[in-house]
Amino acid sequence: MADLTCNIAGIDSINPFWLASAPPTDKYINVVRAFKAGWGGVVWKTLGEDPPVINVSSRYGAHYNDSRSIQGINNIELISDRPLEVNLREIEQVRREWPDRVIIGSMMATVDESAWKDLAIKIANSGVHGIELNLGCPHGMCERDMGSAIGQVPEMIEQTTRWVREAVDIPVFTKLTPNITDILWSAAAARAGGAHAVSLINTVNSVISVDLDAMAPTPVVDGKGSHGGYCGSAVKPIALHMVAEIARSAETQGIDISAIGGIGNWRDAAEFISLGANGLQVCTAAMLYGFRIVDDMIAGLSAFMDSKGYRTLDDFRGLAIKNTVNWNELNMNFDSKAVIDQDACIECGRCHIACEDTSHQAIAFKVARDGKRSFTVIDEDCVGCNLCALICPVPDCIEMRPVKNDLPYLTWPEHPKNPLGEI
Amino acid sequence: MTQHANKENNNIVSGHKCVSRFFEDLHKPLNDLAAIKEADHCLYCYDAPCSQACPTSIDIPTFIHQIRTGNITGAAHTILSENIMGGTCARVCPTEVLCEEACVHNKRDNGDDPVKIGLLQRYATDHLMLSNAPHPFTRATESGRHIAVIGAGPAGLSCAHRAAMLGHKVTIYEAKAKAGGLNEYGLAAYKMLDDFAAREVAFLLGIGGMDVQYGKRLGRDISLDKLRKDHDALFIGIGLGGTNDLGLEGEDMTGVVNAIDFIESIRQSDDPATLETGQNILVIGGGNTAIDAAVQAKKLGANSVTLAYRRGAEQMGATGYEIDLARKSGVVIQLWSKPVALHGGDTITSVTFEQTRLEGGKLVGTGEKYDIACDMLLKAIGQKLKEPDLADLAIKGGKLVISSQYETSISGIFAGGDCIGSGQDLTVQAVEDGKQAAIAMDGWLKTN
Ligand SMILES: Cc1cc2nc3c(=O)[nH]c(=O)nc-3n(C[C@H](O)[C@H](O)[C@H](O)COP(=O)(O)O)c2cc1C
Ligand code: SF4
Repeated sequence: MADLTCNIAGIDSINPFWLASAPPTDKYINVVRAFKAGWGGVVWKTLGEDPPVINVSSRYGAHYNDSRSIQGINNIELISDRPLEVNLREIEQVRREWPDRVIIGSMMATVDESAWKDLAIKIANSGVHGIELNLGCPHGMCERDMGSAIGQVPEMIEQTTRWVREAVDIPVFTKLTPNITDILWSAAAARAGGAHAVSLINTVNSVISVDLDAMAPTPVVDGKGSHGGYCGSAVKPIALHMVAEIARSAETQGIDISAIGGIGNWRDAAEFISLGANGLQVCTAAMLYGFRIVDDMIAGLSAFMDSKGYRTLDDFRGLAIKNTVNWNELNMNFDSKAVIDQDACIECGRCHIACEDTSHQAIAFKVARDGKRSFTVIDEDCVGCNLCALICPVPDCIEMRPVKNDLPYLTWPEHPKNPLGEI
Repeated sequence: MTQHANKENNNIVSGHKCVSRFFEDLHKPLNDLAAIKEADHCLYCYDAPCSQACPTSIDIPTFIHQIRTGNITGAAHTILSENIMGGTCARVCPTEVLCEEACVHNKRDNGDDPVKIGLLQRYATDHLMLSNAPHPFTRATESGRHIAVIGAGPAGLSCAHRAAMLGHKVTIYEAKAKAGGLNEYGLAAYKMLDDFAAREVAFLLGIGGMDVQYGKRLGRDISLDKLRKDHDALFIGIGLGGTNDLGLEGEDMTGVVNAIDFIESIRQSDDPATLETGQNILVIGGGNTAIDAAVQAKKLGANSVTLAYRRGAEQMGATGYEIDLARKSGVVIQLWSKPVALHGGDTITSVTFEQTRLEGGKLVGTGEKYDIACDMLLKAIGQKLKEPDLADLAIKGGKLVISSQYETSISGIFAGGDCIGSGQDLTVQAVEDGKQAAIAMDGWLKTN
């Protein structure tokens, strides 16, 4: 069986699966349940200075697909609403009872050096393995000049990270917000401030739905709603992109990455690791299904690694980074055509109408005398966009087959038709 | 809702409690969650095979998509715009040989999980009919023309509704005391619970422009000649009022009953427990009526129910699903058996069958005989046209002859449903006939 142990920012973990700072890591009872279930670590629910915040009632909203399964949720909760001391004593207790599991203390404070430093020291003294700076919360806390109000200004990211580095001698994770124009600025600032790792992403700013009876955004609080933080499966593509950018860009390459955002199963986990993640954090998937999902995350990831011959996570970590390039580095001479397996085809016609209405009119539709419907690709018109293969309800029925054209690798900058080409 | 339908609703609903002791829904209706899941199973095919397989061409992918988006009233509208009796059809259509057979899911490897189109259709139409929403369709401006529809069965009602929608005034002449035809009288109780037939009639009449005259039988109370004088066009949807005989001695014995009459007595009974039925019931025939009668007889508590058919399962009019249903209900099915003699005194006691086989495509007796004891014999060997007043209209093969425009041999008289050649003994086909005939009549009225 594959070895799932990992090390991030110098911290060893029995597996890469940690729970992200959020309600699942809110207090002793949740965290102990998580460790019993097999999670390797937790980032404790973000702690602030006393007095604790007060939350509103009606806190989450959901984005469903048509079959009522949840694509993502958003929330308008603030940071921990329990006294700091209570949290710290509980952290100490779990540390004692679960010595082989990781606890990271998440924190936020107003932009004031002593506020950051005092809080960081208190948390470090509870015995946590590291500290995570929550610079991402996109609602509520930012209106008090915390959370994303800091995370959206690179200079402040660097400053707060440095303050915490100066205050404590345990690893520091800077948690980044995706609500920015370029994640590299944030990541570079965190590195400049001395962060051992970046954690990303925090939630995406969102209005998740509008209650058409109340005529207010959800979650509705007494007739009104506020924008909140979006997370879950739907944000995974955004997180993957940001992780990839940090992993492959010269100014950020090499910093440890604790990947967060839409991780719900072993495959998601493997994808983030292939793009360079050193560890993983999960929130929404656990909120939707409970802690037990970690079982299959562990079993599935091991099975995948065994099937590929990867013994450790390092064996495949970052393998997809070199293949993540800018558009300008893609081969313009690559050509592929859709090929429909006529035996597997169930004649639903979805490929035809998609290509006909919205792509290149490259799938012909004929009805034979006996009523058999046939769908065939017109090679000359197919541009190889993948649309038909993506929507086909039968797995592997439509194959995108590369065309053997013996043409050399040719990028757009080198392309003869590029008006700005430098040939 | 008309006065009449209201009254009927009340008295049958009270009786329904007793009916439900014996019969529950053949297919449980979908709840909201199951409906969403089932709707999600639909692939939203383009130019969908299921729609093409539906005799009324309901746009199935669209209505299922509407269920998926939560626009359930819209889904019902999509269904009813092509098939005003979509509620009945959802309950009684042999979907396994219509839409659901065409579902592309059947084409997958080992595929046998078609979308449950019938149940989704029921979900949507029930939703609309149980809501207090106004009738979903409106009438075109009054044309000033007045149409007579003879027979308030599925064909007649469908024709009347469409004609009313197109702006014509419609009078429906019905021989019986209630509208609905076979929906009301002739389908198995377990398919049409909760007085659905009467509720659907009331719903359909809700568009306005129609009146129903009950107790008016063609040839007895009304005549084609008179109706032609009083109306601008006629539609005949009288179904098949006569039943075929076995042609054997003793068919007048007590206990020998037409299956269709047996079903009617159940459907019209407030308490089927009080019905006088046999303990050992023999049903002869292989169509849906035979199955409906046999299964109901069993559910009512008969000791034994045997269904005998002179050919094999392949040739039965009932679908494989229905035959299975009968078997699962405890009905014994005897194939390749034709009745050759009835025995008994005042009351039937047994029937002698001869075994049969196909020889060069022809059904022949093998000479081997056996008896089945019974105290009730239900005949379900087909219905036939009965009305004497049709004398002037061309009839071929026992059915009214019509043109591609649903016109009979007399201009201005249209026909549809079981009484015409296309009639496949399917409610849904009758509804389609009625709809198309109304559209054809509307065209005809513009030039006549
Ligand atoms: C209800 C809720 C509360 C959260 N509270 C915090 C918090 O206090 N501190 C923090 O850093 N992130 C918080 N998050 C963000 C998560 O830690 C995580 O970054 C985000 O949900 C994306 O991961 P996911 O897609 O696995 O949920 C919260 C998320 C949710 C859903
Ligand atoms: S790959 Fe795109 S262009 Fe080619 S057939 Fe499919 S949908 Fe049409």
